[in-house]
Amino acid sequence: MTASRYVYAIGRAPDPTNLAGLVGIDGAEVHPIAHREQVAVVSAAPSDEAALRARLERLDELAVVAEAHHAVVAAVATQTVVVPFRLATIYTDEHRVRELLRQRYDEFEALLDRLAGTVEVGVKLYVEDRSPALATPSTSGRAYLQQLSQRHLRRDQEWQHAAAAVELIDAALGAHALDRSHHRPQPAQLSGATGDNVLNAAYLVPTGKVTEFTDLAERLVLAEPALRVEVTGPWAPYSFTEPDRGDRP
Amino acid sequence: MTDPNPWLTSQRSGSNLADVLERVLDKGLVIAGDIKICLLDIELLTIKLRLLVASVDKARAMGIDWWEHDPSLSSRNRGQLAAENEQLGERISAPEPAKEVPS
Repeated sequence: MTASRYVYAIGRAPDPTNLAGLVGIDGAEVHPIAHREQVAVVSAAPSDEAALRARLERLDELAVVAEAHHAVVAAVATQTVVVPFRLATIYTDEHRVRELLRQRYDEFEALLDRLAGTVEVGVKLYVEDRSPALATPSTSGRAYLQQLSQRHLRRDQEWQHAAAAVELIDAALGAHALDRSHHRPQPAQLSGATGDNVLNAAYLVPTGKVTEFTDLAERLVLAEPALRVEVTGPWAPYSFTEPDRGDRP
Repeated sequence: MTDPNPWLTSQRSGSNLADVLERVLDKGLVIAGDIKICLLDIELLTIKLRLLVASVDKARAMGIDWWEHDPSLSSRNRGQLAAENEQLGERISAPEPAKEVPS
């Protein structure tokens, strides 16, 4: 048993009995460390620091650790407002976690106030390539090249139209959200998703409006046959933890 | 409140490992803990992770295991990479052999 503590998130004190049975990294039992009405959600950290470092460089292990981290954050988020921490935030002992809570109480309080009653909804937009397959060059080379250039022209036009539509949809969703954050698009070669990911955004939405927001996203995209939407979440507000964010819609 | 436990009731199907990783590696509050686990080249790592299939097992099944041999993703090979960089640096700063200029 190690003294060091892995911190998953800060929250407003949930009933500690609600954390009973929750396990985190390597099956370690999750428990709260409270300071006033705030609580750090922690578990024993993996004892071998070097081994953990090495593990996080292996994608399969990284995935396991990331899923464990995420599972704890998601479970606590069902009960109370949370500020999710980035992966692998570790303190040498509980005392140091208490110190963190004491020192940054005001900052955490401001964040918790802002995130209370909200969730993050992910929206990914894809442009589908709908160009028909080229006919086999049956007649002449010239006809084939003509067909090819028309196809390129048509695709350019579709792309321009789609790009404009994506901007409008992002703006419309932003207007219905409390905050917005853009992630880098996910190249889809291996993700199994078809089409090119042209928007990978997260929106901060009031908890009670998730269904409405999702419906809006799907409705907006329905009007654009070249676009496909994937809505993910609701997530704990990972993408909205910066104390002072500049790009509010 | 209309849906108090949205995570339990309406988890969407569109999320994959990349969605989780970009949140826990790229987002989330950054606090400098006592024990520094520097996630290696986080930018590079996340960019490359996005190329990954929804599950690593699937990638392996497809015979995709480039990350195990990619120097930028493995500290084992970092020393080697640094040495290579140094060699390249030396070669760049070394004087070029004089070339015959046709008159």
